[in-house]
Formats: sequence, structure tokens, C-alpha cells
Amino acid sequence: MAECHPVGFQWVMEAKARGARIFHVDPRFTRTSALADRYLPIRAGSDIVLLGALINHVLQNGLDFREYVLAYTNAATIVSADFRDTEDLDGLFSGWDPETATYDPRSWAYAGTDEQPQGEHVEGGRRHAEAAGPESYGAGGAGAHPSPRTDPTLDHPRCVYQILKRHFARYTPELVERLCGIPSAAFAELAEAVTANSGRERTTAWVYSVGWTQHTVGAQYIRTASILQLLLGNMGRPGGGIMALRGHASIQGSTDIPTLFNILPGYLAMPHAHRHDDLNHYLELEGGETGFWGNRRSYLVSLLKAWWGEAATEDNDYCFGHLPRMTGDHGHYTTVMGQIDGTVKGYFVIGENPAVGSSGGRAQRLGLANLDWLVVRDLTLVETATFWRDGPELETGEMRTEDIGTEVFFLPAASHVEKEGTFTNTQRLLQWREKALDPPGDCRSDLWFYYHLGKLVRRRLSDDEIDRPVRELTWDYPEHGAHREPSAEAVLREINGVGPDGRALSSSTQLRADGSTACGCWIYCGVYADEVNQAARRRPRGEQDFVAPEWGWAWPANRRILYNRASADPEGRPWSERKAYVWWDAERGEWTGHDVPDCEIGKPPDYLPPEGARAQDALAGTDPFIMQSDGKGWLYAPSGMADGPMPAHYEPHESPVANILYGQRANPARRTFDRPESPYNRPGPLFPHVLTTYRLTEHHTAGGMSRPLAYLAELQPELFCEMDPRLAARLGLGNGDWATIVTSRTVLEARVLVTGRMRPLRVEGRVIHQIGLPYHWGWGGGGLVTGDVVNDLMPLVLDPNVYIQEGKAMTCDVRPGRRPRGRAMLDLLETYRHG
Amino acid sequence: MAERMGFFTDTSVCIGCKACEVACKEWNQLPDDGFVFEATSYDNTGMLGASTWRHVAFIEQSRPVRVEGDEGSVDRWLMSSDVCKHCTHAACLDVCPTGALFRTEFDTVVVQSDICNGCGYCVPACPYGVIDRREGDGRAWKCTMCYDRQLGGLEPACAKACPTDSIQFGPLDELRERAEERVARLRADGHEEARLYGESPSDGVGGAGAFFLLLDEPEVYGLPPDPVVTTRDLPAMWRWAGAAALSMAGAVALAFLRGGALPNHQASVRGGTR
Repeated sequence: MAECHPVGFQWVMEAKARGARIFHVDPRFTRTSALADRYLPIRAGSDIVLLGALINHVLQNGLDFREYVLAYTNAATIVSADFRDTEDLDGLFSGWDPETATYDPRSWAYAGTDEQPQGEHVEGGRRHAEAAGPESYGAGGAGAHPSPRTDPTLDHPRCVYQILKRHFARYTPELVERLCGIPSAAFAELAEAVTANSGRERTTAWVYSVGWTQHTVGAQYIRTASILQLLLGNMGRPGGGIMALRGHASIQGSTDIPTLFNILPGYLAMPHAHRHDDLNHYLELEGGETGFWGNRRSYLVSLLKAWWGEAATEDNDYCFGHLPRMTGDHGHYTTVMGQIDGTVKGYFVIGENPAVGSSGGRAQRLGLANLDWLVVRDLTLVETATFWRDGPELETGEMRTEDIGTEVFFLPAASHVEKEGTFTNTQRLLQWREKALDPPGDCRSDLWFYYHLGKLVRRRLSDDEIDRPVRELTWDYPEHGAHREPSAEAVLREINGVGPDGRALSSSTQLRADGSTACGCWIYCGVYADEVNQAARRRPRGEQDFVAPEWGWAWPANRRILYNRASADPEGRPWSERKAYVWWDAERGEWTGHDVPDCEIGKPPDYLPPEGARAQDALAGTDPFIMQSDGKGWLYAPSGMADGPMPAHYEPHESPVANILYGQRANPARRTFDRPESPYNRPGPLFPHVLTTYRLTEHHTAGGMSRPLAYLAELQPELFCEMDPRLAARLGLGNGDWATIVTSRTVLEARVLVTGRMRPLRVEGRVIHQIGLPYHWGWGGGGLVTGDVVNDLMPLVLDPNVYIQEGKAMTCDVRPGRRPRGRAMLDLLETYRHG
Repeated sequence: MAERMGFFTDTSVCIGCKACEVACKEWNQLPDDGFVFEATSYDNTGMLGASTWRHVAFIEQSRPVRVEGDEGSVDRWLMSSDVCKHCTHAACLDVCPTGALFRTEFDTVVVQSDICNGCGYCVPACPYGVIDRREGDGRAWKCTMCYDRQLGGLEPACAKACPTDSIQFGPLDELRERAEERVARLRADGHEEARLYGESPSDGVGGAGAFFLLLDEPEVYGLPPDPVVTTRDLPAMWRWAGAAALSMAGAVALAFLRGGALPNHQASVRGGTR
């Protein structure tokens, strides 16, 4: 966190100054470790073992926050008798179909639900595997029975609590030592600290970054942490939770108002061409009827009204038919394969540099070279725009400029200080940004680009029916200045939404399904309440209380802690004075406290839903997790995950050790590509080391924004690899020497930084060396400093839930000296692929 | 004169982000220092110089082996942002023949680039090796504690940019008080090695305007353990020199008065030493 989020890390230091103990778990001793109270080295890719052992420690010793767990989680819920665990099936859950390599999750369901809700629950993992489903539910989770059978004694052998206990029983401190390389004494200290610092009076927070997500089990890493936090009562409470540090500014915003193929704004599922006939059919299949997702018709109809305005009427399904449709996986890597295969002809690359920044860079560049046209918008001429004249494949002879037919359009972009708009950062906080200066020359904002491109496209439309969706779009923002910049505030106001009177709405509960409201993103409703840009508020912290509600605006409804109903006990009283946050005021008959309560303000804690209630009315007064159909925190996910209802440890796709827990070595549902562009390292002695990649404070992602800046580039001027002194000695490498790193994808060279901050780990009785590579360099990109492309080393293998590549744990070989050039490099690669 | 302003750099909370280095260069429009990989931990800056007025040192330390396979493992990574000390007794200022170096109303030491003639006397005079001449320019440059920003009521760029308040700027007396409390707190928490460096008015430079909280010996950070203003002995030396000159003049006069030549032993002495 200190490495990649130094500004956010000031609050960790603040917490430390107030007595918080900081543990840091990482394959490398980083700048974060330097400031932590304890550092635990871990083998990259083994985190579920560590977290699972913490869960086991809690369950075996009865350290869970029982009152919280009983009231707020699904611990007591009885699971279907058809369910089989990985403990029973040697690493597979029930429902595995080896033919399609996907799970049918029906057997994972809650018991006693004869009339199972339709949709995801029934159709299951196949569609997830096809179209990265779970993300489309955001925090909501897929449909589950609203009031399943439970056993509050937690004794029933098929209740979630007991299933969990059996599932994690073999995740012991000894296993942690064997697989993670963490000594059991260090584990004991961590377990003691985490459990002692949880409960009524205290809370523990977990913070993770991309190091948890870029794995073939990435989504399950987060699930494991969620289970632990729910068991310890650390969700929805001040000082608790799991904080996801996103990759860079407004990545949170880019999932809320998505740049993803499978969701619409506000985590509504993108319609599927073959599964959804019309609006009703779509709503029937996507999501549960209970909990706040029960209002999804209002959310979607309001979105359609925002996009198609007058043209959207009840008679035409509010233009639901105008929405684009998925036909399968249109994710990044599948799209690249489509380019190579010639099915994808054109490509917009906006503020991204996939030729350097994406996994398997060679495949990326092969794809780019096979396009008809390519549009790149960036601050500098990044490698993605110049691959055809200077890419590494020209040197090896794999590509020739004269053979590349791609027509490349480079359009210079305005930087974030040269345009106005919002950043949405990790805690869902929207902050308005003023323009500091005009962009130079032809540089323009993204808003300008899309708006005027849209106008140009619309000018060329015919009366043909096929052009109707774009013809009927609302596309009329106020413009200002010489370049006719569209008003970003008008866009924010459209996202906020308006009511029948044309005034800005103040809450998503005002949204209606009858077409009388329009809202571009239901979770952002309220950001323009009272016709005021709430995201632009900057009241200093000294002038308001510690929650600081008037600093920016957080979705939803300016809530700073999600699910904060859980900060009070079932009767609505704070768990402790020390941790009081929101509570029920019986006299006034409403919820109150420091934050905006995350429940209906007038719903008493003793409210019980009547039979047949729907949406939020179906949730009891004690249900804090209001986006879930049963209002509970899910220790066990009966649906919604493509690779199992509980996390299980699987080795990375490429790992130097076997999986001693199960016969199933790696995540069975992981997405692989059986293609020559993406060969995988064969297990065995050829690739003996673990390779992990990361960023440095001094650079930004693929370097497009830092390599051209002298003041940053001089601080880390060259690609280097970090290795422990023992391995360096064995290879005869000294500090500052050159080393060659090899995977079956490519060969690259880096300067060597021999450092005791890398530690050889004893894993399964043998010593494992980990190699660390920061990935900021490329061959050009307007950079003052250049270097080989680290992401070229990575395998194309993906998490099955969200299709994120496994960039944080793979195998490699290291050789002393610089890499061979040209044809000789390919020859060396061949010996590793086939030799 | 206004209150004396200073820096307190608390290295115990430095995260080595180098925001101070970048903010300093950005505000003062300094040139880059070249793009050289130094292979010294994460430090590719090396040292303070004409174009580097903040420098973050990275020191990797190992302690005795506790776990098998753990030999040589680093378990402490010290980071510290170094800067001009703005000494109470500043030798650079003492030796400057043109008056380019002067003491400001904030009691800081600043070099005026439009007056500096590049003689370079200040460079060896600095006991910390801070001030330096810029190649191709010839003039001497160093931290001004953002004199221009201070005149505008702003804190220096490095302190402004520091995310963890490792670099604190303010009236020196307040900073010294705060630093004492911080050291006491760290020691109470078991960090016996915590100490202040440069805060004492009784040290060899009369106390630094920029002082530090360190977690190890100053030498570990590349700082001189007992810096002394290089011009400290100048008055005495002048006195000695003056006395010597007088006695020499007296002797010469005496010799002439006696009318004889001084015996020349030099050749035989030289020969003897060979």
C-alpha cells in the first residue's frame, strides 16, 4: 500500500500512531513492510491457505462473534443434501461437468426450496463461464431463497457453519508453514492479533490490492477474506471491512459506470442476445425479487429513460430492444484472440497501453497487427500506437512493417488536470475535479471525443431501422468554449437523474418503473440532489465530524460505510459505545447516528416481513446486507460464483509445487487458452522459480504517464529484477549485473537487484526462490527510459468469475547475462517450449 | 527578523515515496540528474547535489537469523529524506566572497544565483557535502527551504507533498519540542535507538535549521556523526597566523638588525629524511 498508494497510506500511519498494529503479508519486503509492525513473507499464490487457516482458527476455537454471526450471516442456513464439498471430491465441488469445464451450481443451493427461484440459481455456472456473470450482480449476489430453513443452534451437519468448519478443518498452521512458507509462530501471532482485535469493542480491517485479484482464484481470495470478516463481526462497522485498493484513479468509477462488457451502469446485467427476449423476460432471469435488487425494474427503466428519453415508452419496452446484446465472452483476452483470428476488425484503445500493460504482450501485438483500424487516445505516443514500426516482433523477424495493414489513428488526449469531471475512488467517494488549464494543441477530453464522435456518427445515420437506437439516443449536452466542450456537470446531472418535474432526484428510492423518472446510474442517484453538485463539496475535516459527510459524495446515498446496520446489534443498539456508528432511536422511531443508516430509516429492528413481501419489504429489521435476497452476509455462496460456494486452495496455473490438499491441482474452472500465442510453462525443473510482478511508487502502470517525465523516470530508470542473495550467488549474479528471465512466452533481460528483502521460502520441504519484476517499462512510448516488457512473460490464464489474468504468480527460469537478440532469442525460447 | 523556520524530518514515518524529491524539482524547476540505475536498494538519486535538493536514502538492514532459510533476510528498511541543514553557523555563507549566500529573515541560508560567480569556495566548506556546483552552469546551488514559497506564506514544496508528515515545516522551536515528544514516545514503545540529529544548538554547527529523527547511527544514513562548521577555527587560525606573521616579521627585522644571514638547514633536513 505504501508502494502503490502512498497518499492513502498516510491513514495507515495515522492509525498506527493511535495504536493500531499493522501486519503486512507479501512475497516481498516492500516499503509497506518497512513501516508495518510485522512482516510475513508468503509464497505468491498461496493466500487462501493463510486466510483459510485463520478461518479454521476462529471456527475450531469458537472465536467467532456469535451474536453477529447468528443474526447477520447465513451461518445457520441449511444447505441442500445434494451438496458435496472439495473434501469429499478431492478438490472438486458437486456439479462439476468435465465436458464443459464448468460447474452446475444447483446442488450448492439452500435446502428445502422446492420452488427454487428462477434465473441464475437454476442456470448456473455455465453462463458465468461464458459471460463472466457474477460481476454483474456487484455486491448483490445472485438470487437465493429469501427465507431458507435454518438451525440457530448451528449443530445441523448441513448448516453453513458446520459445512464451513469441515471445509477448512485441514487449513492448519502446519499447512500454512508447508505451503505459504510462513513459520507457525508468525501465524500464531497474526491469528491472535486478528481475533483479539475483533468483537464488540474492536474491529480489524483488511486491505488488499491487485496482488489478490490477479490470480486464477482471485475472486475466491476476496471471498475468503469476506468469510473471515463476517465470522469476526468486522463488516458494516467502523474500523472494519475489506478495503480494495484499485489500480488507479477512478477504476471504481469505471465499474460503477462500466467500461466492462457484461454490465450496465449500477451493476445491472448486460442483456444477452439469446437469453433475454424482452424487458420482462430479462428482469425475470436477472436477480432476486427480495432485497433492494427487487427494485431493478425501476433502476433499468430509469436508465433507459435517461438514454432514450421521449422515445422510451411503456409500449416499446422503454427501448430495451435498443440495448446492445452479449453473445458470450467479450472480455479483453477473448477480444484479442478475435483480433488474431480476424473476427474483430476495429479497436478503440483509450488511456490504456495493452501492447505493454496487458498479459501476454506478444498476443496483444499480433492482434493489433491484424486489425483493419485502431484508434489510440493517450497523452503520448504509447507503444500500442507504434508497435507496427518499432515493436519487439520486428527485431525477431516475426513481423514486418510492410505486412501490417492496420490503419492507426492516434488522437492526443487531455490529462486529468486539463478537464473537469469526477473521480470515484475505492471507498465509493466521488470527488469533483476542476479543470486547471486548457489542454495543449489538439488534445481533447474523453468526454469531448465521445460526444463529438457521437454527433458525427448521428449525422450519417439513415432512416433505416438498424440506425434507430443511435438516432433516438438523447445526445444534447450544453457546450462551451472554442472547442465546444460538452458540460461534464450536465452529464453528472443526467447520471443523477430527474423526476417527473424535471428536477434532480435526491435518492434512488424515488426511482419508478413507470417511465416517470430518468436516471443514468441508480447507485449515483443523489450526487446532484437539490440541483447541487454534491461531489464538489470540500468542507474541511476540522469543520465537521469524523465521518466527514460533506467531503465529496459517496454512493449510495452518501453512505460512508456500507451495510452499517450491522454496526448495531439486532435490537438496534450499538455493539459498544466505543464502536457506536448508527443505531435505532425508539423514541423518534427511526435510525440515526454518525452516518447515513444503510437501511430504511423507519424500519424498526423487530420488523418481520409478511408472507409474499418483495424487494426491501421482504427483509427483516435485523437484515443488514440489504442487497442480498436474504439480507444476510454469505459465509457460503449458494450461487453467484463460477468456481465454488466456498474458497479452496488451488495452486496457480503455473506452480513449482503440487497441491497437497487435493488431487485437483489448479482451479478446475479457470479459463485457459489452448492456442499457440499462449503457451504455458510445463511443470518441472525447467521453470524452478516463482515469478511475481508489481509496481513501484515512482512509476504508473505501463509507464505511459511516468516514463516520459524526467522527474519520475530518473528515480527508477531501468527495469530490474529483485532476487535473494542465495539465488544470486548460485547463479553467479552480483548486484547491478544483467539477468535473463524466461517463461515459455518470452525472454527478457533486467538488471539485478540482489536484496535480502526477497527471501527464499521453505515450501513443502524445499527452498523456493521468488523473483520480483516491476512492469513499468517498454521499448518506446515517448519514454526517457526504456526496458523489456515484463507482461510479455505472463500466461493467458484467467479467473473464471471476472476474467482477470494470473499476473501475480507464475513460474520462470533465470539465467545470468543479457538475453540473446533477434532469431537467437526465438531459438532459446524454443528450447524452453520443447527442449 | 521573523521567527526562525526549519524542517523536522521524522524518518520513522518515511515511506520512501520520493514525493519530496519530485515536488522539490518541480517547484524549483531543477534539471534531471540523468537516468542511471545505481543498484543501491531503491535509491537511484545517490546524494544531494546542485540539482537534487532532497535525497531519500534507502538502507537495508539484516539482523541475526531467526528462521532456517532466513539468513541475510532484510528485516529493516530505513528511509530518510536528506536536505540542506541550514546551519546556525553556516560555513558556506562564511566563505562566500560575493555575498551570493545570505541569511534570510527566516534564518535560513540561501544562495542567490544571480550573484554567485561560481568560485566554488562554499562546496568544500559544507561539513555535510550539501552545496554543489552545477556542471555546465558553474554556479553553486542548494535547497532554499523554498524561500519564495515562504515569502508567499506557503510551506516548502517537499513538506507540502510528504504524505505521512515525515517532513514537517514550522518554527524551529516548535519543531524541536515536537521532536522531543516523538523521540520519547518511540523510546517508550521500545525503539531505544530513536534519536535526534542536528537539533542541539550546542553541536558543531550551532544546531541545524533542518534536523532529523533517526533510528540508527547517523553514519548509517550517510550523515557525519559530529559535523563541525569548517570555519569554526578561522578566527583562531587568523590569530595564530597573525601572531606567526608578526614574529616572523620580528625575526626578519632582528636578523637584518644583526646584519647576518639566516642559516639554511633545509637541504640537509630534506636529505636526512630520504
